[in-house]
Amino acid sequence: MAKPKKSTGSKKTDAQDGRADRLVARGHHDMGGLPAGRVEPSEHDYAEWERRVDALMVLLSGVKGGPPRMTVDELRKNIEAIGPEAYDKMSYYERWVTSITQTMIQRGVITTDELGRRMEEVRARREAACKK
Amino acid sequence: MQKVAAAAGGQYPTRYPAVAVRFAPGDRVRVRDSAPLGHIRTPFYIRGHVGVIERYCGAFPNPEELAQMRDGLPAQPLYRVRFLQRDVWADYPGPREDTIDIEIFQHWLERT
Repeated sequence: MAKPKKSTGSKKTDAQDGRADRLVARGHHDMGGLPAGRVEPSEHDYAEWERRVDALMVLLSGVKGGPPRMTVDELRKNIEAIGPEAYDKMSYYERWVTSITQTMIQRGVITTDELGRRMEEVRARREAACKK
Repeated sequence: MQKVAAAAGGQYPTRYPAVAVRFAPGDRVRVRDSAPLGHIRTPFYIRGHVGVIERYCGAFPNPEELAQMRDGLPAQPLYRVRFLQRDVWADYPGPREDTIDIEIFQHWLERT
């Protein structure tokens, strides 16, 4: 899909003046119309883990049958909750897997403790493999 | 249960109980200039702007509620709203008649 060309530094319009006093204004993700560089379209193949994250979302949303365990709106909510610095650093599917994980914690499918311990296990396994 | 399909002339049946359709194609509407917390599908850059209803798209569970693990019912009517690019962007360089269409839920729109 062709990405829309971003505006090259649009001035604020009258309707959006006088908003500086708001504690909550524009979400970091909601960047439409903000100054940005050129959009350079490029093709790339997906890594195996990216395909798995996509499949995970398909299964959890229940569109292939089975109980729905999350909505695409929760995916968006938890992507939007990622801190600005991390949001900019992460790739598309890194944001997805972060959001899916957060949603599974919120929904009680996994606990924070289970997640932390499993991540330690995986790290230990990788470090052991690297030492060999 | 409000029959949205009937209100829309039978064109877009909905599976959900929905709130009544308030706008028809051609109506001028203003997007609410609001910035609440939570997941919001109305882009920031269009809030406060005036457009015209281009079409009714059906009624869907409110994504703001779905994002918070609730059912989003009654469903909210969704419209495609047409804006003039030069109204939205103060320094828009393209032709004066250029438009942008955005799909916006009814609770974000008010009659002008």
